[in-house]
Amino acid sequence: MPFFEDLSVGARRELGSFTFTAENIKAFARQFDPQPFHLDEEAGRRSLFGGLAASGWHIGSVCMKLLVAASKREAEAALAAGKTPAAWGPSPGFRELRWIKPVLAGDTITFSSVIETLRTSESRPEWGIVQARNSGINQRGEQVFSMLATGFLQRRVAP
Amino acid sequence: MTLTFEDFSVGHLGRFGPRHVTREDIIAFASEFDPQPMHLDEEAAKHSMLKGLSGSGWHLGSLMMRMLYDGLLCRTASLGSGGVDELRWLSPLRPGDDLTLDIDVKQVRASRSRPDMGILTLGLTVRNAAGTVLLEATSSIMVSRRQSADEARRDR
Repeated sequence: MPFFEDLSVGARRELGSFTFTAENIKAFARQFDPQPFHLDEEAGRRSLFGGLAASGWHIGSVCMKLLVAASKREAEAALAAGKTPAAWGPSPGFRELRWIKPVLAGDTITFSSVIETLRTSESRPEWGIVQARNSGINQRGEQVFSMLATGFLQRRVAP
Repeated sequence: MTLTFEDFSVGHLGRFGPRHVTREDIIAFASEFDPQPMHLDEEAAKHSMLKGLSGSGWHLGSLMMRMLYDGLLCRTASLGSGGVDELRWLSPLRPGDDLTLDIDVKQVRASRSRPDMGILTLGLTVRNAAGTVLLEATSSIMVSRRQSADEARRDR
């Protein structure tokens, strides 16, 4: 991962893809969101979703999984190039999370992240604050998921 | 008795839980969805901004979803949710926490495009046993109107 100073508004990260299966949809739903349309194919078909649908929290958690994997790849690339990788800090939250279309069993969602704003932190001068629009599109090119996430990223040199 | 759109009005709906969270729960979720050292390893977590092992924010959000189901949606003609307007992670989730969820109905409105359903805007607050707020969120859910819920039950 580059440092905060290396980022620019509009920069895009490709995060990779994930296939939602009946198995992983139901396993997540049993633990965290046991509504019938997330657990049962027939209930899913009768619902607004039109099929067995992934919990929205499952979709968000998968986006997080791919973000962490992308950051790990970027850190490894920095180390391989003899550079020090920057670390992400905890996130204070997000806004405008939209589950735009259902994610059904068998769908493969490709996630990306585009930087929208960059600012420094007054209370934590060693960190910068990054706002990024994370989104997911399905195998037909339809956007299914979008959110405006906020995170802390280390600055190269603290002032 | 299943709750439908007509049953809701603006106000505090209740406090639900507690739901206990173990170190094993935190590590299992993080291993699958958020494998960062601060969620997996006590020693690494000591040096993180959160100073000690903490649960993933997505774990906390997913636990909030489960408490929302157990407290409300399991007895509501819920049709799903379009999203979360805002979510703030205010304090870390820790091993051993007993979580509660407060649900406030902030807005009740009919759907313009779908006369068979309405939309509830919910204020959601997750606290630990000490009363510290860990998470605040605003999210909307779609709920059937009584007539349409009755028809759906008959069609089944």
